[in-house]
Amino acid sequence: MSGRTEGGAQARHLSWATRRQTFDAPMTRALTLIRRRLVGSIFVLLIVVVGTFLLLEAAPGDAVDAYIVSTGGDAGMIELLRHRWGLDQSELTRLANYLWALLHLDLGQSVTFSRPIRDVILERLPNTLLLMVSATALSFGLGSALGIYAGARPGSFRDRFLSIGSLALYAVPGFWLGLMLIVVFAVDLRWLPIGGIETLASDKTGLDRAADIAIHLALPVSALGFIYLALYLRMMRAGMAEVWRQDFVLAARAKGLSRRRIVLAHVARNALLPLVTMLGLQSAQMLGGSVVIESVFSVPGLGRLAQEAVASRDTPLLLGIILTSAVLVIVINLLVDIAYAFLDPRVGAGEAGA
Amino acid sequence: MSALRRFLRTPEAVAGAILLAVLIAMALSASLLFPGDPQAIAGPALLPPFQDWSLPLGTDRLGRDVLAELFHGARTSLAVGLAAAAAALVVGAVVGTLAGFAGGLVDEVLMRITDAFQTVPSFLLALAFVSVVGPSLGVVAIALGTWTGPARVARAEVLSIRERDYVAGARVIGMHPLAIAFREVLPNALPPVLAMSSVIVAAAILTEAALSFLGLGDPNRVTWGGMISEGRAVLRTAPFLSIVPGIALVLTVLGVYLAGEGIVETTAVRRGLS
Repeated sequence: MSGRTEGGAQARHLSWATRRQTFDAPMTRALTLIRRRLVGSIFVLLIVVVGTFLLLEAAPGDAVDAYIVSTGGDAGMIELLRHRWGLDQSELTRLANYLWALLHLDLGQSVTFSRPIRDVILERLPNTLLLMVSATALSFGLGSALGIYAGARPGSFRDRFLSIGSLALYAVPGFWLGLMLIVVFAVDLRWLPIGGIETLASDKTGLDRAADIAIHLALPVSALGFIYLALYLRMMRAGMAEVWRQDFVLAARAKGLSRRRIVLAHVARNALLPLVTMLGLQSAQMLGGSVVIESVFSVPGLGRLAQEAVASRDTPLLLGIILTSAVLVIVINLLVDIAYAFLDPRVGAGEAGA
Repeated sequence: MSALRRFLRTPEAVAGAILLAVLIAMALSASLLFPGDPQAIAGPALLPPFQDWSLPLGTDRLGRDVLAELFHGARTSLAVGLAAAAAALVVGAVVGTLAGFAGGLVDEVLMRITDAFQTVPSFLLALAFVSVVGPSLGVVAIALGTWTGPARVARAEVLSIRERDYVAGARVIGMHPLAIAFREVLPNALPPVLAMSSVIVAAAILTEAALSFLGLGDPNRVTWGGMISEGRAVLRTAPFLSIVPGIALVLTVLGVYLAGEGIVETTAVRRGLS
């Protein structure tokens, strides 16, 4: 459903972009694209920084309050800390200071961790990336494969079954699916661990450690991936339904190609491109979804960190996490666009970076 | 054949409509069937379902009636989901119309802001917003992350409408540009925006559930997400406490999807025929 509407908007957008098509070499087109995107991204990031900064400024209490709650201290100490952390300056001065520090990749100091926020985030980021990449691979791979299977015979029983089944799956809240997976696979069957990223203090190295992490991530990756699987399945199926009607499919049939070859080489291949765009669009949703999934499975990632930051009122940390996520989303979308420039010769230099 | 009859001939749409009707009936009858505070203690703690017929679905960790909580939770889900989706659709339609109709710098600025909202994961944004203003404004928090889709669709639609003859006509008779934008263009740009509403209502219901699950929902209301979170503490011994509200959530969202898709498809066919 969502795939269908968003796919439609995307198609319209593409047709507009292809009006001024230029058939440069993929590398040239990719470089032009990167340059355009980077300029646009800086504005977008600036809006994100200023907007989030002002929103979090409105929060009751500041970092000093959060600090005093955890350590205790008198009015003199509060005064001293406010001055030392620059919190007694005006809002605009602090925003300017924050932006200036940001230029040096300095996100400030976390109150709850008593460490630079950048270090805390960089420590947690790999876990979230691993979770996201694995879940994306699962949902994209299995989703598009099932979508091809369903779309190969539009209107058949398996098509209807898969499209209703995927809709039902899409209606499942990720955190609940996670809990149910825990009930079945960790509590009843005891096949998989209930949470965490690896066995604590196990001194495992190399492949043993990788296997340990894989076992720990199996459930969270499934919980996160299965929700979005439905999206790719439905989009693939809807895309194939569009392509079936096109003339080149008729031509392929007239040429006497086997049905299997028509499905794979012509229909599925052309329906796959919008899914690549969806990968980028979905990345922000996936990051948001991992907040809850990481909390369900106690995965020490960025999402769980965000929840900890909210719980301890560590607003600078929350700000840092939001910025990091925004940068991550921009980078992922840029990578997707570059991949697209290589995959589809029509997309490229004419695009204004909307 | 009327659109209604076509709707009734689609089994998926009918199933969705029935699910939604049950949900609305639950929400409306919650205070009649279960008057009083659903969060009050009604019996022994952790009573399994189907044991005592005065408490058909049993009780939770604190001895609260699960069925009563389920009914009152339906009310929260529906109210928050509809309110957040309505806010997102209105804001999205207005922003999209302004951007598409004004063009130029206004368009550029509004679309960069839309980009910024789409760049920040909406759940993270909702989390930050709730942590700042408190859980009572959960509706706004959810709408913050969902208005961008309608805005983009409305803008795309307005871009194609604003070149039509009747818009040029309105200009010639000297209508104010804002009046043209909102009286002539916006109503005609609405159908594709409204077609998104089921997806948005569903997303809003799921986001509300996730926020409550993390303990950031309205503490004065019963929410299905909150019930699941409560049940999580006794997941090993009493999994039904998490299973029951979860199934309610799935059926609700599924009902919204199916009915929404049914409506869009039946009306789309009608438009195609006429």
